Amino acid sequence: MHEAWWISLIKAGLVINLVMGAFAYTTWLERKVLGRMQLRYGPNRAGPFGLLQPIADLIKLVRKEAFFPDSSHELPYIVAPVVSCFTALAAFAVIPWGAGWTIDGHYVRGAVANVPISLILIFALGSIGIYGFIVGGWASDSKYSILGSMRTCAQLVSYEVSLALSVLGVVLMGQSLNLVDIVDKQQATLWFFLPQFVGLCVFLLGGIAETSRPPFDLPEADTELVAGYHTEYSGMRWGLFQTAEYINLIVLSGLAVTLFFDGWHFPWVHSLDVLGPLWFVLKLAILVTAFIWLRASQPRLRYDQLMRFGWKVLLPVATLNALATALLVVWV
Amino acid sequence: MADLVPPTFKGFGVTLKQVFKKPITQQYPEYKRPVYPRFRGRHRLWRHENGLEKCVGCSLCAAACPADCIRVVAAENTPENRVSAGERYARIYEINMSRCIFCGYCELACPFDAITLGNDFEISEYNRDDLIYTKDMLLAEPVKQVPVADRDLYDTPIPYYQSHS
Repeated sequence: MHEAWWISLIKAGLVINLVMGAFAYTTWLERKVLGRMQLRYGPNRAGPFGLLQPIADLIKLVRKEAFFPDSSHELPYIVAPVVSCFTALAAFAVIPWGAGWTIDGHYVRGAVANVPISLILIFALGSIGIYGFIVGGWASDSKYSILGSMRTCAQLVSYEVSLALSVLGVVLMGQSLNLVDIVDKQQATLWFFLPQFVGLCVFLLGGIAETSRPPFDLPEADTELVAGYHTEYSGMRWGLFQTAEYINLIVLSGLAVTLFFDGWHFPWVHSLDVLGPLWFVLKLAILVTAFIWLRASQPRLRYDQLMRFGWKVLLPVATLNALATALLVVWV
Repeated sequence: MADLVPPTFKGFGVTLKQVFKKPITQQYPEYKRPVYPRFRGRHRLWRHENGLEKCVGCSLCAAACPADCIRVVAAENTPENRVSAGERYARIYEINMSRCIFCGYCELACPFDAITLGNDFEISEYNRDDLIYTKDMLLAEPVKQVPVADRDLYDTPIPYYQSHS
């Protein structure tokens, strides 16, 4: 079905703002949950339950002076956070969050864009986003930044391999690279987290490393590297890096929901699928909370442990999983 | 590698358990924890019971101050203008609170117990000039006062080092 161009435009604007809002309240959720897990309250001053805290943070960041080091390379320094943030936001465009509706004779699709190779597009955009982190640290001309950038390179390149291999099983079972098709296939058969449980585990572990969140936050490792690649950033430029990081987390969780947990569908009751975005957001929130829980519970890995885990455990497991799935799909 | 899996999941249990406990945070501006009675906070200058100032302007406190935050300018007492009990009095007595480190050496150095360190710690200001306390401010009761714990809880008749040796 065809969608009018102006509907796409309105939807894109809406979704960008919603994702930004989701980012803001992910930081709130993270601080709240982390606080409670450490016997603290977390933010509770700005508004009821500290709900206005992200807005206060935004106002503070925008008003803050965004200075940069004298020896930094200006153009890459300024462009890097923009690239990271842009790619993170763009990646969300292909994630479906609804079945599509016909409102007043106009068809509204349940995703901003329905691309035949949406899965590859997400990985491609993710890889471009990594450039932002690398170039930003490099252009800062600071030893902490460059160390953070080097770690970003090494970690993200090694875990991307496992991440891509882990979704191969889903692609083989769904027989499509289109996320909408994969969701439809899950609806027709069963949620892929059951047959692809190994794939899910590898995907989540690799995903945490890709979004460089604890316990895989080696690129930022604040105890050793100040703040890694964004050491020399301040104000809203730093805010953009932070935005990129959290939106990457949201995109990753959204991808996990889409690939393994049947996207926007409500389990068993098909008549509730009209409320697709609601179920999608609920599943997303549960996954994001799980990531925050992981951050509160596990200590950061040492660098050699991280590399060993990535190459010697995750990669073989992901490869075997993809192989086994392929054999089963062909012969069963 | 496999022996690391159970402790990893145990960690999740530990953090989850905390969620259901009450946070131990003290909500500061609403709840002020009583300070230890010997807590060294904002200074006070004292008067004798007859209203004369105890300070005789000897500047020993200024000499003892490691942060060099006390300024004393002394003047002679005259029969018409008798301010302190001694020969001289402090015409100017200023403490720069933005420099003070609250070590209490001024209190130790004072031969007349004219200056003591009180318990109040809420002395932040928006302007640095407001942090220079004049003699009038130091002689008056502090505007803000914080709760102080009961002295009897801490000060025992026989000091700890004598009863336990």
